[in-house]
Amino acid sequence: MTASLLELHQLGFAWPGQAELLDIPSFTLAPNQSLFLKGPSGSGKTTLLGLIGGVQKAQRGTVQLLGTDLAALSAGARDRFRVDHTGYIFQQFNLLPFLSVAENVGLPCHFSWTRAERARQRHGSVAQAAASLLQHLGLPKSLLERRAEALSIGQQQRVAAARALIGQPELVIADEPTSALDADSREAFLQLLFAECREAGSSLLFVSHDQSLAPLFDRSLSLADLNHAARAPEL
Amino acid sequence: MYLLRLALASLNNRRFTALLTVFAIALSVCLLLAVERVRTEARASFASTISGTDLIVGTRSGSVNLLLYSVFRIGNATNNIRWESFEHFAEHPRVSWAIPISLGDSHRGYRVMGTSSAYFDHYRYGRKQPLQLAQGRPFAEDPFEVVLGAEVAEALKYTLDDQLVLAHGVATVSLVKHDDKPFRVVGILKRTGTPVDRTLHINLAGMEALHIDWQNGMPARGAARIDAEQARQLDLQPKQITAFMLGLNSKIATFTLQREINGYRGEPLLAILPGVALQELWSLMGTAEQALFVVSLFVVLTGLIGMLTAILTSLNERRREMAILRSVGARPWHIAGLLVVEAFSLALAGALFGLLLLYVAIAVAQGPLQSHYGLYLPLALPSAYEWSLLAGILLAGLLMGCVPAWRAYRQSLADGLSIRL
Repeated sequence: MTASLLELHQLGFAWPGQAELLDIPSFTLAPNQSLFLKGPSGSGKTTLLGLIGGVQKAQRGTVQLLGTDLAALSAGARDRFRVDHTGYIFQQFNLLPFLSVAENVGLPCHFSWTRAERARQRHGSVAQAAASLLQHLGLPKSLLERRAEALSIGQQQRVAAARALIGQPELVIADEPTSALDADSREAFLQLLFAECREAGSSLLFVSHDQSLAPLFDRSLSLADLNHAARAPEL
Repeated sequence: MYLLRLALASLNNRRFTALLTVFAIALSVCLLLAVERVRTEARASFASTISGTDLIVGTRSGSVNLLLYSVFRIGNATNNIRWESFEHFAEHPRVSWAIPISLGDSHRGYRVMGTSSAYFDHYRYGRKQPLQLAQGRPFAEDPFEVVLGAEVAEALKYTLDDQLVLAHGVATVSLVKHDDKPFRVVGILKRTGTPVDRTLHINLAGMEALHIDWQNGMPARGAARIDAEQARQLDLQPKQITAFMLGLNSKIATFTLQREINGYRGEPLLAILPGVALQELWSLMGTAEQALFVVSLFVVLTGLIGMLTAILTSLNERRREMAILRSVGARPWHIAGLLVVEAFSLALAGALFGLLLLYVAIAVAQGPLQSHYGLYLPLALPSAYEWSLLAGILLAGLLMGCVPAWRAYRQSLADGLSIRL
């Protein structure tokens, strides 16, 4: 067991028939830490998140989440492990438009017994956990039973954040969640996200190309510094 | 199961396409079940057209032909048989009863059958049911009395004591009418669902009286004409009839007597067992019936392929939905399961709606079918065979669902969690 939450070691990855995209000798993320990872589009951010999520498999090296080597797990076990311990927020279109806001937030609890159990322990029920998170994130109660597609983009992103946080996963991965928001709501969204991550005891891995947000985080890194693989010439 | 909830919510989101798909499946299921039910009932009502009769005897022709004109009132006899032949076998020691049949005239498209009172005593249909009168009485001694089948009375709106004129020949529009000898309605039979309903029954003597003054197939003219009153005074013993039905004392004698009739030296005769001839006739129509069944099976298949197409085309626009589900922890088999559940739900809804349509259709069409085609469709629960057809359709729907499920499984593995715009 290592003290770090997430640990990459000698990680190498290339898409089939292409030059090596990622070569990360070492990277760690401590528990309860917020980390800003800067990377322009095409730099391999999404691929890196795929590796951390266990959706892609590295050709060499290891990805350890909570001391567990993802490569050692079967595909099914990896999926289960991911949802038990990781929450995701994406750039846009995070929600199932045909479900209610409350149902969208509760989704991970239907696929992870661990997170459903934690939500219940803390709030009594999954529905209450969802309501409480949404309230903390500043969404009025009246929206709970609305269909997700009826919300504004900013509201949708807060619902997505609540979904990533429900059941207190150890790690929250956010992939450009603010790029669809305007500058003012961007910082407000981040402050709410930080507060809730602290509350849930989750580390935040925040990936963005927007350097201006970096000072708000505990730590800031650039994927370019991390990644030793040769840059593609056109970039 | 949460997958079911998700599948239904997703379907509800695409409810227009989903409803169309369900409707297409429902129509095809309804068609298949209707064909099946009509087929079963037609066969049953066909087989119960005549019962209790051991042998039908006519002039030598084909057994199906004899059955058609003697029982179904379709087509014509190639020749008549002599009254002596009928008497010979009617008095045969092994024969319990005999019904003579004389055909050839009609009334507004309905066939007229000359027979004897034995017909009302011994003729049986369905499960050995005797003929029953709804009104009036059987014809008696007077030659110009007629007993109507239920449909004749209903369609032509005849009541007791109405007078009607028969026409020579069996064409709907007949040029030669027996208008000098009108008949009086004395009885109307209860509905049987057999060709009896479409028949006018008169005494053999009446049949004879109609043609007593005819010469060379033409009515007599002028002074040679014999009117009804004069005819009543004459000897109206028929000289020939078209066919006759026999009931035996013991079924065991059927084949012996059949051989005896077929070898009768007086004139060429043919005796048939109604059950065997019915079978033969049905096997002729069986091909058409099978073809109808196969066609409706293909219609169901078309309905299911429509569903497959609808789901497959939706897959691409639902990549995002799949990726979101993956990111909240759905495993690839969940995604595949979602599509199987979706296909199965559509097939199930289609089958249930189809069943409902069938019952509505039967409820609406029951009356007209009965009166126009003599076909009774019961509003009964599905038979074991119909259940198995429905189960087969659901299974086919489930199997169809595996195709998009497999594609979505592959797709969600390739897409991972990233959402492509």
